[in-house]
Amino acid sequence: MLAVLLLAGCGGPAAGPSAETSLILATTTSTQDSGLLDELLPAFTAATGWQVKTVAVGSGQAIELGRRGEADVLLVHSPATEQKFVAEGATGRRLLVMHNDFVLVGPKSDPAAIRGVAPTEAMARTARSGVPFVSRGDDSGTNAREDQLWAAAGIRPTGQWYQETGQGMGATLRVADEHGGYTLSDRATWLSQPGSLVVLNEGDRQLLNVYHVIEMTTHAGDRMQPDGAVAFADWIVGAPAQQMIGEFGRAKLGQQLFVPDAGKPEPTG
Amino acid sequence: MDVLLDGLVAAVRLLLSGDADTWAITALTLRVSLTATCIAVIIGVPLAAAVALTRFPGRRVVLAAANTGLGLPPVVVGLFITVLLWRSGPLGAFGLLYTPTAMIIAQAVIGTPIVVALAAAALRQVDPDFLVQMQGLGATRARALMALIGEARLPLLAAAMAAFGAVVSEVGAAQMVGGNLAGDTRVLTTAAVLATSRGEFALAIAFGLILLFIAFAVNLVLTLAQHREPVRR
Repeated sequence: MLAVLLLAGCGGPAAGPSAETSLILATTTSTQDSGLLDELLPAFTAATGWQVKTVAVGSGQAIELGRRGEADVLLVHSPATEQKFVAEGATGRRLLVMHNDFVLVGPKSDPAAIRGVAPTEAMARTARSGVPFVSRGDDSGTNAREDQLWAAAGIRPTGQWYQETGQGMGATLRVADEHGGYTLSDRATWLSQPGSLVVLNEGDRQLLNVYHVIEMTTHAGDRMQPDGAVAFADWIVGAPAQQMIGEFGRAKLGQQLFVPDAGKPEPTG
Repeated sequence: MDVLLDGLVAAVRLLLSGDADTWAITALTLRVSLTATCIAVIIGVPLAAAVALTRFPGRRVVLAAANTGLGLPPVVVGLFITVLLWRSGPLGAFGLLYTPTAMIIAQAVIGTPIVVALAAAALRQVDPDFLVQMQGLGATRARALMALIGEARLPLLAAAMAAFGAVVSEVGAAQMVGGNLAGDTRVLTTAAVLATSRGEFALAIAFGLILLFIAFAVNLVLTLAQHREPVRR
Protein backbone atom coordinates (compact mmCIF):
# COMPACT_ATOMS: atom_id res chain seq x y z
CA MET A 1 0.00 0.00 0.00
CA LEU A 2 2.94 2.19 0.77
CA ALA A 3 4.42 1.28 -2.58
CA VAL A 4 1.21 2.24 -4.39
CA LEU A 5 1.15 5.64 -2.73
CA LEU A 6 4.78 6.30 -3.52
CA LEU A 7 4.37 5.18 -7.11
CA ALA A 8 1.40 7.47 -7.53
CA GLY A 9 3.56 10.33 -6.42
CA CYS A 10 6.69 9.37 -8.29
CA GLY A 11 4.97 8.72 -11.59
CA GLY A 12 3.02 11.04 -13.80
CA PRO A 13 3.91 12.41 -17.22
CA ALA A 14 5.48 15.83 -17.51
CA ALA A 15 2.79 18.30 -18.47
CA GLY A 16 2.99 21.86 -19.64
CA PRO A 17 4.03 23.79 -22.76
CA SER A 18 7.23 22.94 -24.55
CA ALA A 19 9.98 25.54 -24.50
CA GLU A 20 9.70 26.26 -28.22
CA THR A 21 6.17 27.67 -28.19
CA SER A 22 6.02 29.29 -24.79
CA LEU A 23 7.05 32.78 -23.84
CA ILE A 24 7.47 34.48 -20.51
CA LEU A 25 5.39 37.58 -19.85
CA ALA A 26 6.52 39.70 -16.95
CA THR A 27 3.72 41.93 -15.82
CA THR A 28 2.34 43.77 -12.84
CA THR A 29 0.25 42.49 -10.01
CA SER A 30 -2.49 44.96 -10.95
CA THR A 31 -3.10 43.32 -14.33
CA GLN A 32 -3.12 39.89 -12.78
CA ASP A 33 -5.14 40.64 -9.65
CA SER A 34 -7.82 42.42 -11.61
CA GLY A 35 -8.38 39.22 -13.57
CA LEU A 36 -7.72 40.90 -16.92
CA LEU A 37 -5.00 38.44 -17.91
CA ASP A 38 -7.19 35.46 -17.06
CA GLU A 39 -9.43 36.67 -19.87
CA LEU A 40 -6.86 37.86 -22.38
CA LEU A 41 -4.26 35.11 -22.30
CA PRO A 42 -6.42 32.12 -23.29
CA ALA A 43 -7.67 34.16 -26.25
CA PHE A 44 -4.07 34.97 -27.22
CA THR A 45 -3.07 31.31 -27.06
CA ALA A 46 -6.09 30.30 -29.12
CA ALA A 47 -5.29 32.93 -31.74
CA THR A 48 -1.54 32.39 -32.09
CA GLY A 49 -0.61 29.06 -30.51
CA TRP A 50 1.88 30.72 -28.15
CA GLN A 51 1.60 29.61 -24.55
CA VAL A 52 2.25 32.32 -22.00
CA LYS A 53 3.95 31.90 -18.64
CA THR A 54 2.96 34.91 -16.60
CA VAL A 55 5.21 36.18 -13.88
CA ALA A 56 3.31 38.84 -11.95
CA VAL A 57 5.64 41.06 -9.96
CA GLY A 58 6.01 44.81 -9.58
CA SER A 59 6.89 46.83 -12.69
CA GLY A 60 10.40 47.40 -11.32
CA GLN A 61 11.04 43.69 -10.97
CA ALA A 62 9.43 42.97 -14.33
CA ILE A 63 11.81 45.39 -16.02
CA GLU A 64 14.74 43.80 -14.20
CA LEU A 65 13.64 40.37 -15.43
CA GLY A 66 13.52 41.77 -18.96
CA ARG A 67 16.96 43.31 -18.56
CA ARG A 68 18.36 39.92 -17.56
CA GLY A 69 16.67 38.20 -20.46
CA GLU A 70 14.49 36.13 -18.13
CA ALA A 71 11.29 37.51 -19.68
CA ASP A 72 10.37 37.86 -23.35
CA VAL A 73 7.74 40.58 -23.15
CA LEU A 74 6.72 43.05 -20.49
CA LEU A 75 3.35 44.61 -19.74
CA VAL A 76 4.09 47.34 -17.23
CA HIS A 77 2.92 50.74 -16.02
CA SER A 78 5.93 52.73 -14.90
CA PRO A 79 6.57 55.10 -17.84
CA ALA A 80 9.59 56.98 -16.46
CA THR A 81 11.44 53.74 -15.61
CA GLU A 82 10.37 52.20 -18.90
CA GLN A 83 11.79 55.04 -20.94
CA LYS A 84 15.16 54.75 -19.20
CA PHE A 85 15.04 51.02 -19.82
CA VAL A 86 14.31 51.41 -23.52
CA ALA A 87 17.25 53.80 -23.76
CA GLU A 88 19.52 50.93 -22.68
CA GLY A 89 18.97 49.43 -26.11
CA ALA A 90 17.98 45.83 -25.39
CA THR A 91 14.30 46.23 -26.21
CA GLY A 92 12.22 46.04 -29.35
CA ARG A 93 9.05 48.09 -29.67
CA ARG A 94 7.32 49.82 -26.79
CA LEU A 95 3.63 50.22 -27.56
CA LEU A 96 0.80 51.93 -25.71
CA VAL A 97 -1.85 49.43 -24.67
CA MET A 98 -4.36 50.92 -22.24
CA HIS A 99 -4.80 53.22 -19.29
CA ASN A 100 -6.81 53.70 -16.17
CA ASP A 101 -6.11 55.93 -13.23
CA PHE A 102 -4.69 56.02 -9.77
CA VAL A 103 -6.76 57.27 -6.90
CA LEU A 104 -5.85 58.48 -3.44
CA VAL A 105 -8.03 56.59 -0.99
CA GLY A 106 -8.48 56.90 2.72
CA PRO A 107 -10.98 56.97 5.57
CA LYS A 108 -14.34 58.57 4.93
CA SER A 109 -13.64 61.22 7.55
CA ASP A 110 -10.66 62.47 5.52
CA PRO A 111 -8.69 63.82 8.51
CA ALA A 112 -6.04 65.44 6.33
CA ALA A 113 -8.62 67.17 4.12
CA ILE A 114 -7.27 66.03 0.77
CA ARG A 115 -10.53 66.14 -1.18
CA GLY A 116 -10.58 68.29 -4.25
CA VAL A 117 -7.00 69.59 -4.16
CA ALA A 118 -4.18 68.84 -6.56
CA PRO A 119 -2.51 65.48 -5.85
CA THR A 120 0.81 67.03 -4.82
CA GLU A 121 -1.00 69.31 -2.38
CA ALA A 122 -2.89 66.24 -1.11
CA MET A 123 0.39 64.44 -0.42
CA ALA A 124 1.76 67.49 1.38
CA ARG A 125 -1.34 67.64 3.56
CA THR A 126 -1.08 63.97 4.55
CA ALA A 127 2.58 64.46 5.45
CA ARG A 128 1.74 67.48 7.62
CA SER A 129 -1.25 65.85 9.27
CA GLY A 130 0.61 62.81 10.60
CA VAL A 131 -2.23 60.57 9.49
CA PRO A 132 -0.72 57.24 8.36
CA PHE A 133 0.18 56.95 4.68
CA VAL A 134 0.70 53.40 3.52
CA SER A 135 3.08 52.81 0.63
CA ARG A 136 3.67 49.75 -1.55
CA GLY A 137 7.40 50.22 -1.01
CA ASP A 138 8.17 47.61 -3.68
CA ASP A 139 9.36 49.49 -6.81
CA SER A 140 6.06 48.73 -8.53
CA GLY A 141 4.49 51.13 -11.01
CA THR A 142 2.16 52.35 -8.28
CA ASN A 143 5.10 52.90 -5.95
CA ALA A 144 6.97 54.77 -8.66
CA ARG A 145 4.03 57.14 -9.21
CA GLU A 146 3.74 57.69 -5.46
CA ASP A 147 7.47 58.55 -5.32
CA GLN A 148 7.00 61.02 -8.18
CA LEU A 149 4.16 62.73 -6.34
CA TRP A 150 6.26 63.05 -3.20
CA ALA A 151 9.11 64.48 -5.28
CA ALA A 152 6.78 66.96 -6.96
CA ALA A 153 5.54 68.04 -3.53
CA GLY A 154 9.13 68.46 -2.40
CA ILE A 155 8.72 66.01 0.46
CA ARG A 156 10.81 63.04 1.54
CA PRO A 157 8.41 60.84 3.47
CA THR A 158 9.90 59.52 6.68
CA GLY A 159 8.56 58.97 10.12
CA GLN A 160 6.16 56.74 11.97
CA TRP A 161 3.23 57.88 9.86
CA TYR A 162 4.82 56.56 6.64
CA GLN A 163 4.41 52.78 6.42
CA GLU A 164 5.90 50.67 3.65
CA THR A 165 4.37 47.24 3.26
CA GLY A 166 6.59 45.90 0.48
CA GLN A 167 3.56 43.97 -0.72
CA GLY A 168 0.92 44.03 -3.40
CA MET A 169 -1.96 46.47 -3.71
CA GLY A 170 -4.53 44.29 -1.96
CA ALA A 171 -2.38 43.86 1.13
CA THR A 172 -1.47 47.56 1.13
CA LEU A 173 -5.13 48.58 0.93
CA ARG A 174 -5.94 46.32 3.85
CA VAL A 175 -3.18 47.85 5.97
CA ALA A 176 -4.45 51.34 5.12
CA ASP A 177 -7.95 50.23 6.06
CA GLU A 178 -6.86 48.77 9.39
CA HIS A 179 -4.76 51.82 10.32
CA GLY A 180 -7.27 54.42 9.11
CA GLY A 181 -4.69 55.81 6.72
CA TYR A 182 -4.28 56.95 3.12
CA THR A 183 -2.75 55.17 0.19
CA LEU A 184 -2.34 55.49 -3.55
CA SER A 185 -4.05 52.71 -5.45
CA ASP A 186 -4.97 51.86 -9.01
CA ARG A 187 -8.70 52.18 -9.36
CA ALA A 188 -9.28 48.58 -10.47
CA THR A 189 -7.77 47.00 -7.35
CA TRP A 190 -9.55 49.46 -5.07
CA LEU A 191 -12.87 48.67 -6.77
CA SER A 192 -12.43 44.98 -6.15
CA GLN A 193 -11.15 45.31 -2.57
CA PRO A 194 -12.34 48.65 -1.16
CA GLY A 195 -12.76 47.67 2.48
CA SER A 196 -13.99 50.85 4.14
CA LEU A 197 -11.70 53.15 2.16
CA VAL A 198 -13.22 55.76 -0.14
CA VAL A 199 -11.79 57.68 -3.07
CA LEU A 200 -10.79 61.12 -1.89
CA ASN A 201 -8.68 62.45 -4.74
CA GLU A 202 -8.91 61.58 -8.40
CA GLY A 203 -8.99 62.82 -11.94
CA ASP A 204 -5.81 64.90 -12.14
CA ARG A 205 -3.46 64.23 -15.05
CA GLN A 206 -0.76 63.29 -12.55
CA LEU A 207 -2.87 60.30 -11.58
CA LEU A 208 -3.04 58.86 -15.08
CA ASN A 209 -1.95 55.20 -15.10
CA VAL A 210 -0.64 54.13 -18.49
CA TYR A 211 0.28 50.60 -19.54
CA HIS A 212 2.76 49.74 -22.26
CA VAL A 213 3.90 46.47 -23.76
CA ILE A 214 7.66 46.18 -24.29
CA GLU A 215 9.24 43.53 -26.48
CA MET A 216 12.58 42.08 -25.41
CA THR A 217 15.10 41.06 -28.04
CA THR A 218 18.01 38.68 -28.16
CA HIS A 219 20.20 41.57 -27.01
CA ALA A 220 19.05 40.73 -23.51
CA GLY A 221 20.34 37.18 -23.59
CA ASP A 222 20.30 33.81 -25.29
CA ARG A 223 17.21 31.59 -25.28
CA MET A 224 14.92 34.57 -25.83
CA GLN A 225 11.69 34.20 -27.76
CA PRO A 226 11.55 37.45 -29.74
CA ASP A 227 8.98 36.02 -32.16
CA GLY A 228 6.69 35.31 -29.25
CA ALA A 229 7.23 38.82 -27.94
CA VAL A 230 6.30 40.32 -31.29
CA ALA A 231 3.25 38.06 -31.54
CA PHE A 232 2.07 39.14 -28.11
CA ALA A 233 2.65 42.83 -28.73
CA ASP A 234 0.90 42.68 -32.09
CA TRP A 235 -2.05 40.83 -30.62
CA ILE A 236 -2.59 43.00 -27.57
CA VAL A 237 -2.76 46.21 -29.63
CA GLY A 238 -5.00 44.53 -32.19
CA ALA A 239 -8.73 45.09 -32.38
CA PRO A 240 -10.01 41.88 -30.71
CA ALA A 241 -7.78 42.31 -27.64
CA GLN A 242 -8.50 46.02 -27.39
CA GLN A 243 -12.22 45.30 -27.45
CA MET A 244 -11.84 42.70 -24.68
CA ILE A 245 -9.88 45.21 -22.62
CA GLY A 246 -12.57 47.85 -23.08
CA GLU A 247 -15.34 45.52 -21.99
CA PHE A 248 -13.50 43.99 -19.07
CA GLY A 249 -15.05 44.62 -15.71
CA ARG A 250 -18.44 45.78 -16.94
CA ALA A 251 -20.13 42.54 -16.05
CA LYS A 252 -18.64 42.02 -12.61
CA LEU A 253 -18.16 45.54 -11.26
CA GLY A 254 -20.44 47.53 -13.52
CA GLN A 255 -17.75 49.77 -14.88
CA GLN A 256 -14.91 49.80 -17.32
CA LEU A 257 -11.63 49.04 -15.58
CA PHE A 258 -9.16 49.72 -18.39
CA VAL A 259 -9.48 52.07 -21.35
CA PRO A 260 -7.97 50.65 -24.56
CA ASP A 261 -5.51 53.08 -26.13
CA ALA A 262 -3.62 51.28 -28.87
CA GLY A 263 -2.64 53.50 -31.75
CA LYS A 264 -3.42 56.72 -29.94
CA PRO A 265 -0.76 59.36 -29.26
CA GLU A 266 1.17 58.96 -26.04
CA PRO A 267 -0.67 60.64 -23.17
CA THR A 268 1.21 63.38 -21.39
CA GLY A 269 1.26 63.70 -17.62
CA MET B 1 -14.96 34.69 12.21
CA ASP B 2 -17.62 33.95 9.66
CA VAL B 3 -14.89 33.95 7.03
CA LEU B 4 -13.54 30.77 8.63
CA LEU B 5 -16.93 29.13 8.41
CA ASP B 6 -17.32 30.35 4.83
CA GLY B 7 -13.93 28.82 4.14
CA LEU B 8 -14.99 25.46 5.52
CA VAL B 9 -18.18 25.51 3.46
CA ALA B 10 -16.23 26.54 0.37
CA ALA B 11 -13.72 23.72 0.89
CA VAL B 12 -16.41 21.07 1.09
CA ARG B 13 -18.27 22.52 -1.87
CA LEU B 14 -15.17 22.75 -4.07
CA LEU B 15 -14.17 19.16 -3.37
CA LEU B 16 -17.58 17.56 -3.65
CA SER B 17 -18.66 19.46 -6.73
CA GLY B 18 -15.55 18.22 -8.51
CA ASP B 19 -14.45 21.76 -9.35
CA ALA B 20 -11.88 21.13 -12.08
CA ASP B 21 -9.46 23.86 -11.01
CA THR B 22 -9.43 22.76 -7.38
CA TRP B 23 -8.89 19.13 -8.26
CA ALA B 24 -6.11 20.02 -10.68
CA ILE B 25 -4.41 22.14 -8.02
CA THR B 26 -4.79 19.38 -5.44
CA ALA B 27 -3.51 16.70 -7.81
CA LEU B 28 -0.46 18.80 -8.65
CA THR B 29 0.22 19.46 -4.96
CA LEU B 30 0.25 15.73 -4.29
CA ARG B 31 2.33 14.93 -7.37
CA VAL B 32 5.00 17.54 -6.61
CA SER B 33 5.27 16.98 -2.88
CA LEU B 34 5.09 13.18 -2.93
CA THR B 35 7.71 12.99 -5.69
CA ALA B 36 9.97 15.40 -3.84
CA THR B 37 9.59 13.37 -0.65
CA CYS B 38 10.42 10.17 -2.56
CA ILE B 39 13.59 11.76 -3.87
CA ALA B 40 14.50 13.14 -0.46
CA VAL B 41 14.14 9.67 1.06
CA ILE B 42 16.06 7.93 -1.72
CA ILE B 43 18.95 10.37 -1.36
CA GLY B 44 18.62 11.03 2.34
CA VAL B 45 18.48 7.56 3.89
CA PRO B 46 21.74 6.27 2.35
CA LEU B 47 23.41 9.57 3.26
CA ALA B 48 22.08 9.27 6.78
CA ALA B 49 23.34 5.70 7.02
CA ALA B 50 26.78 6.82 5.89
CA VAL B 51 26.85 9.63 8.43
CA ALA B 52 25.40 7.59 11.27
CA LEU B 53 27.32 4.40 10.85
CA THR B 54 30.72 5.19 9.46
CA ARG B 55 33.49 7.18 10.99
CA PHE B 56 35.16 9.84 8.93
CA PRO B 57 36.82 13.13 9.77
CA GLY B 58 34.32 15.96 9.92
CA ARG B 59 31.42 13.60 10.54
CA ARG B 60 30.01 15.71 13.33
CA VAL B 61 30.23 18.80 11.14
CA VAL B 62 28.18 17.03 8.48
CA LEU B 63 25.63 16.02 11.11
CA ALA B 64 25.44 19.59 12.36
CA ALA B 65 24.99 20.82 8.79
CA ALA B 66 22.14 18.36 8.25
CA ASN B 67 20.50 19.47 11.46
CA THR B 68 20.83 23.08 10.32
CA GLY B 69 19.05 22.02 7.17
CA LEU B 70 16.00 21.38 9.32
CA GLY B 71 15.60 25.14 9.43
CA LEU B 72 16.39 25.88 5.79
CA PRO B 73 14.09 28.68 4.63
CA PRO B 74 12.11 27.54 1.57
CA VAL B 75 12.17 31.02 0.07
CA VAL B 76 15.98 31.01 0.10
CA VAL B 77 16.08 27.58 -1.50
CA GLY B 78 13.64 28.89 -4.11
CA LEU B 79 15.90 31.84 -4.85
CA PHE B 80 19.00 29.66 -5.21
CA ILE B 81 17.26 27.22 -7.54
CA THR B 82 15.76 30.09 -9.55
CA VAL B 83 19.20 31.57 -10.13
CA LEU B 84 20.47 28.16 -11.26
CA LEU B 85 17.52 27.63 -13.60
CA TRP B 86 17.39 31.12 -15.10
CA ARG B 87 18.00 31.26 -18.84
CA SER B 88 21.30 32.94 -18.07
CA GLY B 89 22.06 30.45 -15.29
CA PRO B 90 24.18 27.28 -15.42
CA LEU B 91 21.14 25.03 -15.91
CA GLY B 92 19.21 27.43 -18.11
CA ALA B 93 19.51 25.22 -21.18
CA PHE B 94 16.98 22.79 -19.71
CA GLY B 95 14.19 25.37 -19.63
CA LEU B 96 13.00 24.13 -16.27
CA LEU B 97 12.00 27.39 -14.65
CA TYR B 98 8.24 27.73 -14.05
CA THR B 99 7.63 23.99 -14.44
CA PRO B 100 6.52 21.35 -11.92
CA THR B 101 9.92 19.68 -12.34
CA ALA B 102 11.62 22.76 -10.91
CA MET B 103 9.23 22.68 -7.98
CA ILE B 104 10.04 19.02 -7.36
CA ILE B 105 13.75 19.82 -7.41
CA ALA B 106 13.36 22.69 -4.97
CA GLN B 107 11.18 20.69 -2.61
CA ALA B 108 13.58 17.75 -2.76
CA VAL B 109 16.36 20.15 -1.70
CA ILE B 110 14.21 21.29 1.21
CA GLY B 111 13.23 17.76 2.21
CA THR B 112 16.60 16.00 1.96
CA PRO B 113 18.29 17.63 4.99
CA ILE B 114 15.18 16.85 7.03
CA VAL B 115 15.39 13.19 6.06
CA VAL B 116 19.15 13.06 6.64
CA ALA B 117 18.97 14.65 10.09
CA LEU B 118 16.05 12.59 11.35
CA ALA B 119 17.09 9.32 9.70
CA ALA B 120 20.62 9.62 11.08
CA ALA B 121 19.16 10.04 14.54
CA ALA B 122 16.84 7.08 13.93
CA LEU B 123 19.64 4.80 12.79
CA ARG B 124 21.85 5.73 15.69
CA GLN B 125 19.08 4.80 18.10
CA VAL B 126 19.34 1.17 17.11
CA ASP B 127 21.57 -0.88 19.38
CA PRO B 128 25.12 -0.58 17.99
CA ASP B 129 25.61 -4.28 18.51
CA PHE B 130 22.82 -5.00 16.03
CA LEU B 131 25.05 -4.58 12.99
CA VAL B 132 27.73 -6.72 14.60
CA GLN B 133 25.11 -9.41 15.33
CA MET B 134 23.90 -9.37 11.74
CA GLN B 135 27.36 -9.73 10.35
CA GLY B 136 28.09 -12.44 12.89
CA LEU B 137 25.08 -14.33 11.52
CA GLY B 138 26.65 -14.17 8.08
CA ALA B 139 24.82 -11.23 6.55
CA THR B 140 26.59 -9.17 3.91
CA ARG B 141 26.99 -5.47 4.62
CA ALA B 142 24.09 -4.71 2.32
CA ARG B 143 21.71 -7.15 3.98
CA ALA B 144 22.81 -6.02 7.43
CA LEU B 145 22.05 -2.47 6.40
CA MET B 146 18.60 -3.45 5.11
CA ALA B 147 17.91 -5.21 8.39
CA LEU B 148 19.02 -2.13 10.29
CA ILE B 149 16.69 0.04 8.27
CA GLY B 150 13.92 -2.41 9.01
CA GLU B 151 14.66 -2.15 12.74
CA ALA B 152 14.47 1.59 12.59
CA ARG B 153 11.53 1.76 10.22
CA LEU B 154 9.14 3.56 12.58
CA PRO B 155 11.34 6.61 13.15
CA LEU B 156 12.43 6.48 9.50
CA LEU B 157 8.80 6.68 8.45
CA ALA B 158 8.44 9.62 10.82
CA ALA B 159 11.38 11.26 9.05
CA ALA B 160 9.64 10.78 5.69
CA MET B 161 6.40 12.18 7.07
CA ALA B 162 8.24 15.17 8.51
CA ALA B 163 9.82 15.85 5.12
CA PHE B 164 6.45 15.52 3.38
CA GLY B 165 4.84 17.86 5.88
CA ALA B 166 7.56 20.43 5.35
CA VAL B 167 7.40 20.41 1.56
CA VAL B 168 3.65 20.19 1.10
CA SER B 169 3.15 23.23 3.30
CA GLU B 170 5.87 25.47 1.93
CA VAL B 171 5.02 28.33 -0.38
CA GLY B 172 8.24 30.31 -0.90
CA ALA B 173 10.05 27.87 -3.14
CA ALA B 174 6.92 26.80 -5.02
CA GLN B 175 6.10 30.43 -5.78
CA MET B 176 9.58 31.38 -6.96
CA VAL B 177 10.51 28.40 -9.12
CA GLY B 178 6.99 27.54 -10.19
CA GLY B 179 5.55 30.98 -10.78
CA ASN B 180 2.04 29.93 -9.71
CA LEU B 181 0.92 29.55 -13.33
CA ALA B 182 -2.76 28.70 -13.62
CA GLY B 183 -3.18 25.11 -14.75
CA ASP B 184 0.56 24.40 -14.78
CA THR B 185 2.33 25.12 -11.52
CA ARG B 186 -0.37 26.28 -9.15
CA VAL B 187 -0.45 24.31 -5.91
CA LEU B 188 -2.63 24.70 -2.84
CA THR B 189 -0.24 26.96 -0.97
CA THR B 190 0.46 29.36 -3.84
CA ALA B 191 -3.24 29.37 -4.77
CA ALA B 192 -4.08 30.33 -1.18
CA VAL B 193 -1.63 33.24 -1.29
CA LEU B 194 -3.06 34.45 -4.60
CA ALA B 195 -6.60 34.24 -3.28
CA THR B 196 -5.54 36.24 -0.23
CA SER B 197 -3.95 38.95 -2.36
CA ARG B 198 -7.22 39.24 -4.25
CA GLY B 199 -9.17 39.53 -1.03
CA GLU B 200 -10.88 36.16 -1.56
CA PHE B 201 -10.37 35.06 2.03
CA ALA B 202 -12.92 32.26 2.15
CA LEU B 203 -11.32 30.70 -0.91
CA ALA B 204 -7.85 31.00 0.63
CA ILE B 205 -9.04 29.29 3.79
CA ALA B 206 -10.73 26.62 1.69
CA PHE B 207 -7.41 25.84 0.00
CA GLY B 208 -5.72 25.73 3.38
CA LEU B 209 -8.27 23.29 4.75
CA ILE B 210 -7.98 21.07 1.67
CA LEU B 211 -4.20 21.05 2.15
CA LEU B 212 -4.57 20.00 5.78
CA PHE B 213 -6.99 17.31 4.72
CA ILE B 214 -4.73 15.74 2.12
CA ALA B 215 -1.70 15.97 4.42
CA PHE B 216 -3.76 14.16 7.05
CA ALA B 217 -4.84 11.54 4.51
CA VAL B 218 -1.25 10.85 3.43
CA ASN B 219 -0.05 10.57 7.00
CA LEU B 220 -2.99 8.35 7.91
CA VAL B 221 -2.18 5.96 5.08
CA LEU B 222 1.47 5.80 6.08
CA THR B 223 0.65 5.34 9.77
CA LEU B 224 -1.84 2.57 9.09
CA ALA B 225 0.65 0.88 6.77
CA GLN B 226 3.41 0.92 9.35
CA HIS B 227 1.20 -0.60 12.00
CA ARG B 228 -0.28 -3.27 9.77
CA GLU B 229 2.96 -4.77 8.50
CA PRO B 230 4.01 -7.77 10.55
CA VAL B 231 7.39 -7.34 12.12
CA ARG B 232 9.82 -9.13 9.82
CA ARG B 233 12.84 -10.91 11.21
